[in-house]
Amino acid sequence: MATNDSTTNVKRLQVRRYKPEENPETHYLNQEKGLWAWLTTVDHKKIGLMYLGSIAFFFFIGGVLALLLRTELLTPARSFMDADVYNQVFTLHGAIMIFFFLIPAGPAVLGNFILPLQLGAKDVAFPRLNLASFYIYVIGALFTLFAIVTGGVDTGWTFYTPYSATTGGNVMAMTLGIFILGFSSILTGLNFIVTIHKMRAPGITWNKLPLNMWGLYATSIIQILATPVLAITLLLLTMERALGIGIFDPALGGDPVLYQHFFWFYSHPAVYIMIVPGFGIISEVISTFSRKIIFGYWAIALSSLAIAFIGFLVWGHHMFTAGQSSLANMVFSFLTFLVGIPTGIKIFNWLATMYRGSIDMKTPMVYAMVFLFLFTIGGFTGIMLGALSVDIHLHDTYYVVAHFHYVMMGGMVMAFLAGLHYWWPKMFGKMYSEFWAKVSLALLFVGFNMTFLPQFVMGSQGMPRRYFNYIDQFQSFHQFSTIGAYIMGVAFLLMAGYMLHSLLRGKPASSNPWGSRALEWQTASPPDLHNFHHTPVVINGPYDYHKPMSEFQLGIATSHNGHHAGEAVDVSKTEKEQA
Amino acid sequence: MNRLSEFMLPPAKSTTAEATDALFHFINVTSVILLVGITIAILYFSWKYRRRSDDDVTPVIAHNSKLEITWSVIPLILVLIVFGWGFSGYLNLITPPDDAYEIRVVGKSWLWEFHYETGHVSVNELHVPVNRPVKLIMSSDDVLHSLYIPDYRVKMDVLPNRYTSLWFEATEIGESIIFCTEYCGTAHSNMLATAYVHSAEDFETWLETAGSADDDMDPVELGERLVTRNACNTCHSADGSRLTGPTFQGLWMSERTMEDGEVVTADENYIRESILEPNARINQGYDPVMPSYAGSLNDRQIDAIIEYIKTLQ
Repeated sequence: MATNDSTTNVKRLQVRRYKPEENPETHYLNQEKGLWAWLTTVDHKKIGLMYLGSIAFFFFIGGVLALLLRTELLTPARSFMDADVYNQVFTLHGAIMIFFFLIPAGPAVLGNFILPLQLGAKDVAFPRLNLASFYIYVIGALFTLFAIVTGGVDTGWTFYTPYSATTGGNVMAMTLGIFILGFSSILTGLNFIVTIHKMRAPGITWNKLPLNMWGLYATSIIQILATPVLAITLLLLTMERALGIGIFDPALGGDPVLYQHFFWFYSHPAVYIMIVPGFGIISEVISTFSRKIIFGYWAIALSSLAIAFIGFLVWGHHMFTAGQSSLANMVFSFLTFLVGIPTGIKIFNWLATMYRGSIDMKTPMVYAMVFLFLFTIGGFTGIMLGALSVDIHLHDTYYVVAHFHYVMMGGMVMAFLAGLHYWWPKMFGKMYSEFWAKVSLALLFVGFNMTFLPQFVMGSQGMPRRYFNYIDQFQSFHQFSTIGAYIMGVAFLLMAGYMLHSLLRGKPASSNPWGSRALEWQTASPPDLHNFHHTPVVINGPYDYHKPMSEFQLGIATSHNGHHAGEAVDVSKTEKEQA
Repeated sequence: MNRLSEFMLPPAKSTTAEATDALFHFINVTSVILLVGITIAILYFSWKYRRRSDDDVTPVIAHNSKLEITWSVIPLILVLIVFGWGFSGYLNLITPPDDAYEIRVVGKSWLWEFHYETGHVSVNELHVPVNRPVKLIMSSDDVLHSLYIPDYRVKMDVLPNRYTSLWFEATEIGESIIFCTEYCGTAHSNMLATAYVHSAEDFETWLETAGSADDDMDPVELGERLVTRNACNTCHSADGSRLTGPTFQGLWMSERTMEDGEVVTADENYIRESILEPNARINQGYDPVMPSYAGSLNDRQIDAIIEYIKTLQ
C-alpha cells in the first residue's frame, strides 16, 4: 500500500488498509454498562450524547415557553397570562435558548462527538476536563432552574441595568448560573484547541483539516477570549446588586451604557460561538452529498477565522441608539459590514461546491439547503440593521427579533439539525425514516417562515419588541405568526417521534451510509470506545472525492503503531531507493 | 417590489423619513435580487446535478481566483454603498437645525412627560408645530427607556443621569404614535404617547391655553380627565380590577394595610402623599414602582383627582 516517502529525514510509516467493521458486536454504547459508567465516563462520544440529552431538554422547555408567548400574543391585550408573567417567560425563553441550547449545541454536542473522530484521535486532549465541563454545565443549569422556581427573572436575557439592579425576582441566582455555565464553555474551547493542535492523526496537516475542525477551532478561540468578559460583567452586576457598589446603576454613580458595552463585548462574539460551528457542519454536509471536493477550502477556513476576529470588533452595533458617540456608531457600522463579506463568501463557496456535483437529496442535504436560504435572509436583514439611519428606525422592533431568529434558528438550528441527521447513523448505528424526516422538515420550513416573515413587516411598521400589549393594527400579523409557531411545534414533535423510533426500531446503519470520504466515517457505526482499532493515516484531503475510497481507510500497519521511533522501521525500500 | 417595500413601512411624516426609506428600499430590492439568484441556483443545481448513479464522478474544481475575487469585491462595493448612505442619513438624524424648537422629555416608569418653554407639562401627549424642527432633550427618572416615533423614523434611548436628544420636523398636521422601545418592566408595553402636530398658529394657541383650559371645569370631571391624561389609569383601574397598582374604586376612606404592617386611612393627605411621594408608603402586595408627580401636578389638580376618587365608591 501507499507509503509516505519523500525525504530521508521524514519518519516512515508502513500503512495498510483497514476496512471499517460493519455493525460491530461491541461499541462505545455497550462496552461500559450502567448508569454509573455513563455518569463517570470520560469518552467524548458519551459526553457529547449527555450534552445532546441536556440541550434537547432545554430546547423543549425554551420551545414550550415560545409557544406560550405566541399564544398570549394572539390578542392585543391580555389573553391568558399577566404582564409580569409574560416578561418572565420571554426572559427565560431567550436565556434558555441562548445559554443552554444554542451555545452548547455546536461545540459541546456535535463538536464533542465528532472532533476526535475527525482527527483520528482516541479522545479529546483532556478527557477528564471534558467531563468536568459537562458537570459545570449541569450545575449552571441547576442554578438557573433554582432562579426560575424562586421568583423568576424578568429582565430580558440581556440583564440591562439599571432595571436588572432594581427589579424583584432572583436575578442573582440566574446570573450566577450563567456565570458558572461560562466556565463550561471556556474549558470546552480550551480542550478543543489543544486537541486540534496536538492530536491529529499522522498526515492531517493544517491544509487537510476538515472544515468542521476549522469551524470549531475558530469557535474555541472566541469561547476562550470572550466568555471571561461575560463572567466579569455578571460578577460586577452581582456585586452591584448584593453589595451596592455603583458600577452600572446611575443611582449609585454607575453608567448603564458601560454595562451594555461589557455585555455585548461577550454577547456579540457569542453569536459567532453559535453560528460558526454551523458553517463547519454545512461544509461537511454539502461536500458529502454533492460527492465533490469543496470549493475554496482556504476561503471557507480562513473566513471562519476572519469572522471570529472581526466579530470581536462589532459589538457596538447593538447600541446605535443607546447614547454612544456618533464616531463609535460610524466605526461599528463599518466593521459590521466587513464581517458580512466573509459570510457572503461562504455562501458562494457552498453553491460552487454543488455546481457539477452528484447531489443526493437526503435529509441532511435538504437541511443544508434550507440553511442556505434562511441564513441568507438572516444575512441580508443584518445588512439592513447595520445601516445606521435605517437601524435608528428598526432598532428594538420585531424586525430585530425576526432577523436573529433567521440567523439563529434558520441558520444555526437548521445547521445543527443537518449535522444531527448527518451523524445520527454514526452516533447510534441506526437509520431514521427518510420519509418522516422530510415531512417534518417541510413542516418546519413552512412553520418557520410563517412565524418570522410577518415579524419583518410588523417590525418595519414599528411594532416594538418585548411588548405584552400591542396596538390593534398588528393583530393579524401576530396571529399568522402564532399559527406558524404551532406548525413548528408539530414538526419538532414529529422529529422527536421518528428519532425515538429510530433508536428503538431503526434499521442498522452501515459504517458509511453517505459514501463520505471524511475520517469519522472510516470506522464502525457506532464506533468503538476508542474510536479506531488502529492509528489512522491520512494522505488525502478530507474532500478528495476524486480519489478512491481505499485511500481514505489507511492506518499504521505495525503493531507498535508508530511509537518507539528507535526501532527499525519495517518498510521495504522503494524501488528508487534500492536502485 | 417597491410596493411591497412601501407596505412594510408606516407613513413617512417627517423631513428625514424619506431618506431613510430610500435606503430601506434599496437594501430590500438588492437583497431580493440576490436571494432569488441564490435560491434559483440552489434549486437548479440540485435538479440538474442530481445523483444519477452511485458511481458518479465529479470534476475537481478546488478554486477559481477570478470568480472568487468577483464575488468578494461586488458585495464589498455594495456594502460600502450601504454604509456610506446609512452614515450620511444618520448624520442628518443627529444634527438638529440651530433654530429647532426645544421640548424637555422625561421618561418615568411608565409614562412620558413633555415640558414646554412656558412651564406647562403634558403627560403622554407631545404637541409640536408642523414644518418646524423640534428637538427633544430627554432623560429618565428611573430605568432605561427609549422614545420611538415610527412615523418620523426616529428613536433614541432615554437614560437616567444623562441627557440624550433627537430631532424631527413633522410635515403633516395630525397624530402619530410614540412607543417606549427599551424594555422597562411590567407596563413597558403601555408606555405609549401620542404626538399631536398642529399648525403654527394652533400650536401657539395650544401653548398659551394649555395650562388654563381646565380652569372652568367641574373638579370631578377635571380629576377624571387628569387621571387619563397623566396615565394614572395605566396602573390604577376605576372598576376594581387589579393592575400594577391598587384600584381607585372603593379607595376613598378605606383602611389600607402597608408593607410594614401600618394601617392607614385613605384620606386627602394619604392620597396627596401617594401622588407626590409614592414610595413613602407602599400598599401590601404591591411593588414600589410609581414615579413621583411632584412638579407635574399642581395643588388644584391634585384636589381634582381626590374629588374624582371620592366618586368611585
